[in-house]
Amino acid sequence: MAVSVRNGNMKIQDIENLEISLLLEAMYQRYGYDFRDYSRASVERRARQFLIKSGYKSISQMIPALLHDELFFQTLVREFSITVTEMFRDPGVYKVLKEKVFPVLKTYPFIKIWHAGCATGEEVYSLSILLREQGLYNRATIFATDFNDEALEKAKQGIYNLENVKQSTQNYQKAGGSESFSQYYHAKYDSIVIDKSLQKKITFANHNLVTDHSFGEMHLILCRNVLIYFNNTLQNRALNLFDYSLVPGGFLCLGNKESLLFWEKDKEYESIEDSAKIFQRKYLPECLNKTNDH
Amino acid sequence: MTTNIKEKKYEAVAIGVSAGGLKALIKVFSNLPADFPIPIIVTQHLNPSEDSYLAEILNRITLLPVKEAMDKEKIKPGNIYIAPPNYHLLLERNETISLSNDEKVNYSRPSIDAMFESAAYAWSGNLIGIILTGASIDGANGIRVIKNFGGLTIAEDPKAAEYPMMPKTAVDTGAVDKILTLSEINKFLINLSGVDKRAE
Ligand SMILES: C[S@@+](CC[C@H](N)C(=O)[O-])C[C@H]1O[C@@H](n2cnc3c(N)ncnc32)[C@H](O)[C@@H]1O
Repeated sequence: MAVSVRNGNMKIQDIENLEISLLLEAMYQRYGYDFRDYSRASVERRARQFLIKSGYKSISQMIPALLHDELFFQTLVREFSITVTEMFRDPGVYKVLKEKVFPVLKTYPFIKIWHAGCATGEEVYSLSILLREQGLYNRATIFATDFNDEALEKAKQGIYNLENVKQSTQNYQKAGGSESFSQYYHAKYDSIVIDKSLQKKITFANHNLVTDHSFGEMHLILCRNVLIYFNNTLQNRALNLFDYSLVPGGFLCLGNKESLLFWEKDKEYESIEDSAKIFQRKYLPECLNKTNDH
Repeated sequence: MTTNIKEKKYEAVAIGVSAGGLKALIKVFSNLPADFPIPIIVTQHLNPSEDSYLAEILNRITLLPVKEAMDKEKIKPGNIYIAPPNYHLLLERNETISLSNDEKVNYSRPSIDAMFESAAYAWSGNLIGIILTGASIDGANGIRVIKNFGGLTIAEDPKAAEYPMMPKTAVDTGAVDKILTLSEINKFLINLSGVDKRAE
């Protein structure tokens, strides 16, 4: 970086930007959580919101607390990770999974599925329900990962607010569920508890898409509504990780507003259904042959 | 940094609109010249379960390309970008768009405040913020941030607006520079391209 003498009138926006860079650097060096390549506008918003709640006067004032107080760090991570999710979110996507991806999965003797950024687990249970209804659950091994331990803990428990059950049931029907949603949970006070038998094949684990590596070959990877929080560099890193973890012919399912457009391996994937953001990794040797034929 | 204050160069227009939005936007965008020099970003409150046909409709009434904003897309001059339903549209300092699924702001996603604030940080004093008809308080805070950073702020005249609450809330902050009718805003935008050409 060029060192130049500044005239004292640095704009407050630029000072704040500098403060946020320092905060993120402190978080990374002290705790190994790396938000430096997240979508900056989004991180700035969260940091400003957190500042208002916290009572500190400036973002840089939070740095000492961050360095010395692990609880403060945990609250900040919570603020930076957006865990909004729901059962059968974007039901149309599940429908496409069932109709276009499951038939291919059925040809495998066993299936490995990875939910990256699973948050509180609704997405994992939703897919498990459809897998079971289609007779695929018992041959599936499902990995559900997130870097937010608190969210993972909720995911493992599978206890959700009763308030959302109506919406979930509607979503389930739109997603192409073939039974009755109510058979997959029981109500307890103001919560629903997901049926334990649905957890049998799921392993929940902490995994950070910024710093951790691949842990095996998958047939289907879902990473929905996580990449929008990353900048381009980090999106590419995550996509390369998924690419490395997918068998040829494996599927990648992204969030509705996420795409492979700005990724260099874009051409090695085929869109299964544009609206659902489901892509299939091409069987590369075959595809090379094809281009040679032309 | 330029010292020429009179010929201040604006780099982007951000428009926030809610109820009554389609009609208002059609008026504001009509007859914009094809060589409109800067990008326009729009947050319109929409029903989240609806697909957004807004971009399609607007495309038919203006010469400028109108598109639903994509995540990490680079902003280009003379293009109009619309926030997709159910996502906040945020501006990055490197003039790309980030979409976000964060909590609603003022019961809204997309939120005008979220867009205005991030745009104000991205473009500082070179941003024009415009708030139009709507039955919401969304956008008023954002207008204040734009003004604080030296940008130009415009509200549709609440007396003429189909739904006055949103522009009125913005005006009440005391941070609005110009209160104009829709056709005056339209004229202002058309002139903007003229001014910009002279300045070059
Ligand atoms: C909005 S939620 C998406 C949940 C679910 N996939 C869905 O679409 O409904 C985003 C999740 O990504 C997680 N996340 C963010 N950054 C991550 C990272 N670097 N590694 C792993 N998970 C991350 C967050 O903790 C959060 O739970």
